[in-house]
Amino acid sequence: MKIKRRDFLKGLAGSAVLAMASPAVATSSEGKRLPDALGILYDATLCVGCQVCMVACKKANAMPVEHSGSERLWDNPADLSASTLNIIKKYENGTAKNKDLEIDGYAFVKRHCMHCVDAACVSACPASALTKELKTGIVSYNKNACIGCRYCQVTCPFNIPKFEWDNPFPKIVKCQLCSHLLAKGQIPACCGECPTGASLFGPVKDLLEEAERRQKMTAGKYYEFPVSDMSSTKIQIHKAKNYMSHIYGKSEGGGTQILMLSGVPFDKLGLPVLPDHSYTAIAENIQHTLYKGMILPIVAFGGLIFLVKRAEKNKKS
Amino acid sequence: MKEHNFEGPIRETLKGVSRRDFMKFCGIMAVSMGLPLSAGTQIAEAVSNPRRPPVIWLHGQECTGCTESLLRTSHPSLEHLILDLISLDYHETLNAGAGHQAEAAFENSIKENAGKFIMVVEGSVPIKDGGIYCMIGGRPFADIVKETAAKAAAVIAIGSCASWGGVQSSEPNPTGATGVPQFLKGTTVVSIPGCPPNAYNFLSTVLYFLTFKKLPALDELGRPKFAYGRLIHENCERRPHFDAGRFAEQFGDEGHLQGYCLYKLGCKGPMTHANCPSILFCDAGSGAWPVGTGHPCFGCTEEGIGFTIPLHTTSDIGIVTPAAEHAPIQTQRGTGISKGSAALLGGIAGAAIGAGAMVAKRLGDKDKGD
Repeated sequence: MKIKRRDFLKGLAGSAVLAMASPAVATSSEGKRLPDALGILYDATLCVGCQVCMVACKKANAMPVEHSGSERLWDNPADLSASTLNIIKKYENGTAKNKDLEIDGYAFVKRHCMHCVDAACVSACPASALTKELKTGIVSYNKNACIGCRYCQVTCPFNIPKFEWDNPFPKIVKCQLCSHLLAKGQIPACCGECPTGASLFGPVKDLLEEAERRQKMTAGKYYEFPVSDMSSTKIQIHKAKNYMSHIYGKSEGGGTQILMLSGVPFDKLGLPVLPDHSYTAIAENIQHTLYKGMILPIVAFGGLIFLVKRAEKNKKS
Repeated sequence: MKEHNFEGPIRETLKGVSRRDFMKFCGIMAVSMGLPLSAGTQIAEAVSNPRRPPVIWLHGQECTGCTESLLRTSHPSLEHLILDLISLDYHETLNAGAGHQAEAAFENSIKENAGKFIMVVEGSVPIKDGGIYCMIGGRPFADIVKETAAKAAAVIAIGSCASWGGVQSSEPNPTGATGVPQFLKGTTVVSIPGCPPNAYNFLSTVLYFLTFKKLPALDELGRPKFAYGRLIHENCERRPHFDAGRFAEQFGDEGHLQGYCLYKLGCKGPMTHANCPSILFCDAGSGAWPVGTGHPCFGCTEEGIGFTIPLHTTSDIGIVTPAAEHAPIQTQRGTGISKGSAALLGGIAGAAIGAGAMVAKRLGDKDKGD
């Protein structure tokens, strides 16, 4: 096939536009933390596994109980589900005698929506049913806008959104940081009920400071820990544990509004190992570059028209 | 210091009872109602009032177990209660007189104390066939209850029979046994259910009424919240065993000997509202209540549970909470695909591919034909 000079130049221009798109990838829409973002600091070393947060969560959100196993005696979900927004899970290793130790130890972890700074579900949702509140950064869900595509389930790196498979009019179910309680001036139920301060509610910037303060503590010494809410005066004295040197959620996938501290590596607690940049930002950059000003689609469409016309001309001749 | 000048009347009314003992009693009563200790002073004022409040105690269809349990209280003891605290004007078991004499005392007290006396009903009201299944002094019990309640300051139904019908209201209920709140629709009736009820729940209610001149906070069934606000399951001493999944499977087995949870033996604690695990029975010390002795709760206080669900049938759980066990980090869901379903899916896929190929082939044939 003979390539005309004109066609060659056209193709060259097209690929140049594509090439220009790639350097922009890592920077453009990557999330910056909102100044008034709200979140939770979960300190696994303070968690005693009492599960009162699960009870409080179900009560506050009017969620049904969930039985797993053959005995229907307890509300004992095996994982997050359409009727469980929040779950305490347990890591066990070897003899499982020592709390917050990786070897021969055990640790608790609380799982629920991480309220990502750059939420993949919000980006993926074609109907804007999942939105990130402009002030608080809470990722909330509007069932009236939802079309049931479940892209959010596929895209969430933490496997959080759950779908009501058994409901003829199904909804996506996930933690919304008890925004109905926040509207009434209360705090999320899990933090309100937590007896040890393991779940601590507050502005993310304060929680980050608090997490950094805890990481500087000397293990074995006693320190004051705020309980329930960063702004409350409730204080408890606990012995500081050997914290992992990392604050989970500080940078994971572009950062999350739920921060975690632990004495056990986070991947052992079932938390995914994520790069510092956000996948959402990459995906959005590619998409936005491809469709920017509709230039590339028009070029591609023009190219197609040209090819068809040429083919027809060849046929006639 | 004005609030202390009731010491005189106390001495007068409570001959032989030291002030210290008396104040101790009032304090204990205040605490058992969940009131601050200072309320004990107010209780002392109320009960040392020279005019003791009259109480009319009616007996319907019952076994007198409620009275029997009241006879066994120690703080206050029965003699202290009826001689010093209240004026028990009519009580068929405790009356000194009998027959016309007793009935006359009853009539007199109602006439004299109209609107002031406390009416206590023990036993259910039979309403079938004009109430002929329980007649007192030649009159149906139902009529007596209705007439007396109209003149009472407060109506208390003691025991499950009076509260909701009790054992005799179980199917087929031949006498039409009815609880007092259902019989006196529209009247506020305080229910102290139980078979027998804990006498301290009754005493606390009476003293609350005498002290504050109003009834304690009641739930929608008329039960005082201080006594019936929680499920037995919530305060049960064996609850940790339930949470941990440690159950006695049958009477006398290893779990039963270890004091494990009695749920699987038919305990109705998860559905029954009462304070039995908190205040126990008969001042006999720890463990003195059914579950403490190793027997599952029968649900005697709760309508639709006691005398209704068979003794050893397991009950529903009123408030379902997490187990002591935690979910593991990784959850295995499902057991993978079985050979049978793999074969079936394979078959369906194969058939679909085959059909597709055939359709495509025929399309090609058709094209050739054209």
